Amino acid sequence: MSDAVDLLIIGAGPAGMAAALAAAPSGARIALLDDNPLPGGQIWRDGPHAELPPKAREMRARLDACANVRRHAGCKVIALAGPKRLLLEDAERGWLLAYDKLILCTGARELLLPFPGWTLPGVTGAGGLQALIKGGLPVDGERLVIAGSGPLLLASAATAKARGARLGRIAEQASLGAVGRFASALWAWPNKAWQALELFDATYRTGSHVLAALGSERLEGVRLQVGKRVEEIACERLACGFGLVPNTQIGEALGCALSDGAIRVDAWQASSLADHYAAGECTGFGGSELALAEGAIAGHAAVGMLAEARALWPQRQRWQGFADHLNRAFALDPALRRLAQPDTLVCRCEDVPLSAIGGRRGWTEAKLSSRCGMGACQGRVCGSAAQFLFGWQPPAPRPPFSPARISTLAKLADAAESQAPDLSSARTPG
Amino acid sequence: MPELLLDGRPLRVADGTSVAAALALGGDGCARTSVSGQRRAPLCGMGICQECRVSIDGVRRLACQTLCRDGMRVETRP
Repeated sequence: MSDAVDLLIIGAGPAGMAAALAAAPSGARIALLDDNPLPGGQIWRDGPHAELPPKAREMRARLDACANVRRHAGCKVIALAGPKRLLLEDAERGWLLAYDKLILCTGARELLLPFPGWTLPGVTGAGGLQALIKGGLPVDGERLVIAGSGPLLLASAATAKARGARLGRIAEQASLGAVGRFASALWAWPNKAWQALELFDATYRTGSHVLAALGSERLEGVRLQVGKRVEEIACERLACGFGLVPNTQIGEALGCALSDGAIRVDAWQASSLADHYAAGECTGFGGSELALAEGAIAGHAAVGMLAEARALWPQRQRWQGFADHLNRAFALDPALRRLAQPDTLVCRCEDVPLSAIGGRRGWTEAKLSSRCGMGACQGRVCGSAAQFLFGWQPPAPRPPFSPARISTLAKLADAAESQAPDLSSARTPG
Repeated sequence: MPELLLDGRPLRVADGTSVAAALALGGDGCARTSVSGQRRAPLCGMGICQECRVSIDGVRRLACQTLCRDGMRVETRP
């Protein structure tokens, strides 16, 4: 079964939704894919414990009204299937989708770093805990410690407290000076200053980081470095994230050039590959306001509405300033490279300890000798961690990009049979 | 209010609840047993880490990206 659209948008977070809404008035046939069951990405994740901001609800309603935008939820990109054609899979089927233009809005994931005990049940990412709570995870009455870096720690804490968690500590690794400089410059983005004030919590400490998660079968407590002191706090949950890593896999596989670990784009949000655009966190961390501006520029540009795209450049520039300011403030302390001990698992898929990969010359050697990064997540967690720990280049993405069913992969044979796929013929229905 | 079977035990959850949340609502919160025998629970919450993979009606799925449906059979132990 083959299928074709004029514009394919991968990722239905703020950038992808903005891109679809910007491109829709052109009348182009648009497909908007997301691997989650509902649109909104991470920041606007919906669920039984989620409260969507008015902007998110309004954009969802407008998308619902666009007859030329079809949405595919719970849908993953599995592999490339020839020029401008992808193999996709959802819960029911695998299929091929051809496109003329593509916008990558694949977002970012959390940087999760290994430390003793981080595999214990009860330990999650910081944004991870927030996402799980929105999906209905109960935390009422649970003692919680949040650690790592960046404003996501405060946002995650606010979500958890609203659902009844008892917050023992927010441990921010950045120094008081760095966080202070960040906060004092927020006047330039007043809504961000308000957000920071609203989210602030009395248990927030700077210059603090996790040393170990404690417990045997599941989490019972956490050991923290707080300035020069070591402190232990009993808790049922530890949410720990060290910032964000752009999801570049699909872009890289397509051949889009990267810059500083993110997909490189020009003023039109166009990547180095013709007809392929990128917007939002996959082009570098910047928050939802920047993602909305970038997504709209990409959507307009992809359908040739250049004046409309150009009109949004100042808006993008304003939020890029905030993003640059943020990224400087929350740079990671090199001391975090020493958290993992020889027996700490670095690769959670294949249970590979640090001792099995430390001292290797690079990612490939570590992988071949230990199976590190060869499990289900394909190095998305341990590859990013190893980049921070050892400076190794993360693994090149290889299909299938996500674990897929054999029946889905068999569709690649169909793609190979129709040699040199011709988009115009692929577009005829049936 | 869908009702599912979690490791053989019936569990009723609110509409829109993720399978990842159901693991904690009706079980020990864990999704799988690792290659060295450790129990593991959802970690990233957003479809990246694969720690929350479970068997749903015999097919391997990510608990954090799957919503509970009536009659679903979720297995966390091989």
